[in-house]
Amino acid sequence: MRSAKFDALLSRYYTIIIFLIPALTIFTLFVVLPIGEAAYYSFFRWNGYGAPEKFVGLKNYEFLFKNRVFIMSLKNNFYIIAISLFVQLPFALLIALMISDKLRGAAFFRTVFFLPFILAEIVTALIWAYIYDGNYGLVAAIWGFFGAEAPFVLGDKDWALVAILIVIFWKFFGIHMMIYIAGLQAISKEVLEAAKVDGAGPITTAFRIKIPMLIPTIKLSVFLSLLGSLQLFDIIMPLTGGGPSNVTHSMVSYLYYFGVMRMKVGFGSAVGVVIFLICLFIAIGYQRTLMRDDNENKF
Amino acid sequence: MKTNFRTYYLYLLLFFLAGVIIIPLYVSVMGGFKHTGELRTNSLGLPIDWKFENYTSLLINSDFWLFLWNSTVYAVGTTFFVVLFASMTAFVFAHVKFAANKFLYNYFLLGLMFPFATAILPLFLRVRDFGLLGTSWAVIIPQIAFGLGFSIILFRGFFRQMPKEIFEAAVCDGCSYTQFYFRFTLPLSTPILATVSVITLTGSWNNYLLPLIMINDESLYSWPMGIMVFRGEYFTDWGKILAYVSLTLVPAVVFFFTLQKYIVAGLTGGAVKE
Repeated sequence: MRSAKFDALLSRYYTIIIFLIPALTIFTLFVVLPIGEAAYYSFFRWNGYGAPEKFVGLKNYEFLFKNRVFIMSLKNNFYIIAISLFVQLPFALLIALMISDKLRGAAFFRTVFFLPFILAEIVTALIWAYIYDGNYGLVAAIWGFFGAEAPFVLGDKDWALVAILIVIFWKFFGIHMMIYIAGLQAISKEVLEAAKVDGAGPITTAFRIKIPMLIPTIKLSVFLSLLGSLQLFDIIMPLTGGGPSNVTHSMVSYLYYFGVMRMKVGFGSAVGVVIFLICLFIAIGYQRTLMRDDNENKF
Repeated sequence: MKTNFRTYYLYLLLFFLAGVIIIPLYVSVMGGFKHTGELRTNSLGLPIDWKFENYTSLLINSDFWLFLWNSTVYAVGTTFFVVLFASMTAFVFAHVKFAANKFLYNYFLLGLMFPFATAILPLFLRVRDFGLLGTSWAVIIPQIAFGLGFSIILFRGFFRQMPKEIFEAAVCDGCSYTQFYFRFTLPLSTPILATVSVITLTGSWNNYLLPLIMINDESLYSWPMGIMVFRGEYFTDWGKILAYVSLTLVPAVVFFFTLQKYIVAGLTGGAVKE
């Protein structure tokens, strides 16, 4: 005889299996396994047809770290991270502090600053490719106003990366501002009232209360910014496509041009593995130092 | 007096910044209405001689609509399955006690740290070997796979906050997990369903890299691929390109203003509260 308890138990296992299988299968087949395969393929020279047979050991990695273009792309990714962390995020925080108070028009500014984030990266980059165009764009108009011949910044080895960094700043500072505003809104009104009663001005309040209480939020935006910077691709393609003379590649655009386009599965996978290891390194550091207190709250 | 002074500079900065954001968007939309000659001489002002042809020629261009349609299929297909699978999984993690619960949850979390780029080539081979190349599934399935992790976190957080009493009462009344999921969990979760849908929709709609890798057949191009092909054809014919850009910009902005609440909740609230 089947008891009600037995039925409940049966229903539980049935549910676990039926509910978990679709997600687990897709996730394993299309996320977890490909990462493992990338690590394996990276030891081969292989064009993706037949089975990988030509084992080359660490040759792909050796070549990679001797390759001027790849080293350049690695450097570019670090510039992007540096500008994001040390210029973009503090600036986003400053703006968030300014407009989270009861400022007239705060909602308007918030929406406007957030706007670039919702545009597709391709569209953003095309708009800026126009703006930077030395014959037609805004840069041309501004230079023309002063009677000067406009430069083609995107074609200039020294300036192309700066131009890309400006676009990244333009597109992404709004999301970080929004994250900070959400964090600021979670700070209890009583604390701020108390500070006011004690005679703390806006700047003291910002440094002594708001920013310290915002630390978990800042960690989150640092993390998002790091991972986003490492995977930058869409913005580069319409602007420079990695040019001029391959000085503005990111690691992902390098992977696309030199791995995917030429169907070098082994070599491309090696690039992917390097990106993965950097992400992993960051994630572990993040878990160790930055996320410790959050985890305690979570579980 | 001093405060007024400070406020004055604050507004000056904010309006300057707003200008830096809005002017590029404005010149793009207006640029689509200008002749090439006028783009050279008058890039900031309103068009002197309005040219509608850039826009109208796109609106009657069947490829333009085809690419938008393809992107719609990818976005809707991805969103449907992400919402369904992620909510089912998160439901189990939130309500069903079993030994591997936390382990499996962390398994999905780990996936969040995997950069998509690393998996590109093996992913392409898998899709090819499954015979999915040349179909919409080549884009949809990998997008589902990479969309699951974050969606599961959002759903699980929301489900855990639902009052336990409903669940206990329903189970006592002989309601099975499956019934509970369909009758109570889903109907009570509209805010989070909306948030996850909106994030997944926008992510898929704007995705460039994945379709670029998976799609060879021009009849399956997504609109970001279409716009890049268009750029390749009309390299510096900016009027045409800006018209294309504007036609995709306007729906995005409208979409954003209607669903702003959910977009922001998904990107900030969900993450911050976790």
